[in-house]
Amino acid sequence: MKQVLEFEKPVIALREKIAELKTFTKESDLDLTEEIVKLETRLEKLENDIYTNLKPWDRVQMARHAERPTTLDYVEKLFTDFLEFHGDRYYGDDAAIVAGIAKYKGRPVTIVGHQRGKTTKENIRRNFGMPHPEGFRKAARHMQQAAKFGRPIICFIDTKGAFPGRAAEERGQSEAIARNLMEMSGFEVPIICIVIGEGGSGGALALGVGDRLLMLENSTFSVISPEGAASILWKDGGKAKEAAEKLKITAPDLKELGVIDDIIPEIRGGAHRDLTSQAELVDQAIAEHLSQLEKLDKQVLLEQRWEKYSNIGSFAE
Amino acid sequence: MLKDFFSKKKHASKPSEEAKQDIPEGLMLKCSDCGKIYYREEMRKQLYVCPNCGHHHQLPSDERINNLFDEGSFMEYDTDLNTGNPLGFPSYTQKLEKDQLKTGLKEAVVTGEGTINGFRTAYAVMDSRFRMASMGSVVGEKISRAIEKAREANIPFIIFTASGGARMQEGALSLMQMAKTSAAVQRFRDAGGLMISVMTNPTYGGVSASFASLGDYNFAEPGALIGFAGRRVVEETIREKLPDDFQTAEFLLAHGQLDDVINRHDMKKYLTTILDIHQAGGNVS
Repeated sequence: MKQVLEFEKPVIALREKIAELKTFTKESDLDLTEEIVKLETRLEKLENDIYTNLKPWDRVQMARHAERPTTLDYVEKLFTDFLEFHGDRYYGDDAAIVAGIAKYKGRPVTIVGHQRGKTTKENIRRNFGMPHPEGFRKAARHMQQAAKFGRPIICFIDTKGAFPGRAAEERGQSEAIARNLMEMSGFEVPIICIVIGEGGSGGALALGVGDRLLMLENSTFSVISPEGAASILWKDGGKAKEAAEKLKITAPDLKELGVIDDIIPEIRGGAHRDLTSQAELVDQAIAEHLSQLEKLDKQVLLEQRWEKYSNIGSFAE
Repeated sequence: MLKDFFSKKKHASKPSEEAKQDIPEGLMLKCSDCGKIYYREEMRKQLYVCPNCGHHHQLPSDERINNLFDEGSFMEYDTDLNTGNPLGFPSYTQKLEKDQLKTGLKEAVVTGEGTINGFRTAYAVMDSRFRMASMGSVVGEKISRAIEKAREANIPFIIFTASGGARMQEGALSLMQMAKTSAAVQRFRDAGGLMISVMTNPTYGGVSASFASLGDYNFAEPGALIGFAGRRVVEETIREKLPDDFQTAEFLLAHGQLDDVINRHDMKKYLTTILDIHQAGGNVS
């Protein structure tokens, strides 16, 4: 059963109607071609109306779509020779984060990303893509290795946040995140971070410090979930829709605030519609930004990275 | 019925009992832990550590600075940074103004430098009376600049943290202060700088998960609550009751997350020893 989002119900209904008419035409003598063409024009217009006017809350739904491509989906499409490696060497292997090495258009890279599941079973194994400290430490280990061997790092961000559990606290969730933020700011290799789904708070940022922070058009990046903000600010989790607007969590808003560097367009209807076409758009973005970054001298790279972060914020002086 | 009458009365008398203990604002202070009442002035002299039970109460930033640094030795950095309302968040500006009025502070952190028993040191002291010392653009910027100044002057950096976490009203700009401050720590580290973090009650969320955890030495005051996610959120997530001491400084120490827990009365001497050892050998010239 495909997940249908509230705002796209009219589109789905119309699409089903067209499919129905097509089947009918095929199976009977009645020629409904004219009718079908009419409906297809209407569908085109409807899709345009809906998908070019997505509200923040619609995008939250899109970013959370069960079938939205995950890190491993993109890895399979964009890289060759991917080898996934496990474990943080201290405690365990966190399935909520995947990491490994691969080739990107012939050059070696290190890949790190949050990994959620698409089914309940998978999600339970992946802890819904919400990492424990060992996940962040696994990521750190691979990024340190990338820096040692001079490989660019590609990070995929897709998490509701770091897991708020007892064991996570006991093993130093804060320290694990903090260390990643600090170390990522200093690795002498290009780092490209891409928010592909939800980018929730510190757990997202822990894979998000680099030379470029890119967002898929319908992904979100936020200091707190809209539900969380609504319940804290207005003691009403039901006001999530309002919070989603106020918090400025969409790619266009964050580009304007100077938080992200670029937006990767999504195919119409969202990334989940067609992984292959979406992966091509992600591919273009990585290729473009990587080639810019690879030209830079290590010192310049680090200087620019520092400049970028030291300039984020808004205040009067 | 008679029983009801009495039990009601008993219940009604309870608040009045508390009302007796209700102390005029400013003159007396009641320890939130053991309930003993002290003159505010006495508590102030004791650095707001309860003389009876040792509970560490909130210490205003100016008093901490006064107590820690040698008399007349300290100055403040970046006093002219003003918080705006970058997202146009409803009632944010009013909330800021209210806390400015209440505390006399412009924002939730005071930064600067001074000497501690003669050792020149840059500092940042967060003040939880101001918006729970949540981290917005100004807090992140001031801390980041203080670390940069310590790097340029080749002096140690000491931070006293306290925070409820991110400043929600500044959205992702608040989140990114975690990256900015952590990047500043990395630069300071690369230059061989000494950073000491002292976590005070409470240190949570984005502050706990950035500079607060990045000292060469990480300490906490007794009883301070420190964590990434708050107790209530954790309890709701795992549907399990947590131990009473969960996320206390002592709990963190037992779990290997802190170098030590330091009593406020011993703080100056303790920090002096660290500064002294580092001056003898490290990169502090």
